[in-house]
Amino acid sequence: MTISEIIFYLFSAIIVLFSILTVTSRRILRAAIFLLFVLVSTAGLYFMLNYQFLAAVQLTLYAGGIVVLIIFSILLTSHISQKFESVSLKKQLFSAIAVAAGAFLSIMVVVSFGFDKLIEVTDNPSMSAIGSDLLNYGKNGYALPFEVISILLLAAMFASIVIAKKDKKTN
Amino acid sequence: MTAGIPLYDFLIVSTLMFFIGIYGFLTRKNLITILMSVELILNSVNINFVAFNRYLFPGQLEGQFFSLFIIAVAAAEAAVAIAIIISVYRKFTNIDVERVDTMKH
Repeated sequence: MTISEIIFYLFSAIIVLFSILTVTSRRILRAAIFLLFVLVSTAGLYFMLNYQFLAAVQLTLYAGGIVVLIIFSILLTSHISQKFESVSLKKQLFSAIAVAAGAFLSIMVVVSFGFDKLIEVTDNPSMSAIGSDLLNYGKNGYALPFEVISILLLAAMFASIVIAKKDKKTN
Repeated sequence: MTAGIPLYDFLIVSTLMFFIGIYGFLTRKNLITILMSVELILNSVNINFVAFNRYLFPGQLEGQFFSLFIIAVAAAEAAVAIAIIISVYRKFTNIDVERVDTMKH
């Protein structure tokens, strides 16, 4: 077993374990911190796949931005010491059965599918290739989705300001 | 860095993460924890895209760009969802989905 395999299985174990803790923890702030661990381990997987740019985006946007946003909204809407009442056993059982069946089926399909042209990984796409593809409107260019995403982000920003703003009439 | 690790292992990890997210989506009652489950689901999809890009088409960048756009959409979704959650909290003073079941105000 090589060192990279050990690191990979360590990251995988962290991801699965903390995902389970995220959805079962009864303290909401802890659930958010467990989610942070999951997202950081995912960034580790991207580093292992040699996608440094994507790993950096994952760390800054997901682990940095979204988790902080979630923690702020937790602090605004609930008490830190509050514990959720535990979910009813029936609901837990049926959800677990449905989820286990789905996971089993998906994993069976994935494992039995033969990916025939597994290429040994050789070179890395350079940073400049990512940049020029992102703003290129010719072949292999992603200028259109880039612009659409920027409009979507602008619309989301306006929408969240308008929705979260205090209504003057009710005050 | 990935020598000796089969593609299947990445896919199994992301499948487990996806279905754990579904479990949280089904069992949670607090709106913010449901949002966290959705983030888990989106993140597992990203792992799939990146692993396929790396193992099947290493010369191209499609999977990486899809993941970038998914991350951007997830950020937009989280911002709007949290704005809605705060607005709901202001009207009902709680964000439990079983007690917030009317659109009237």
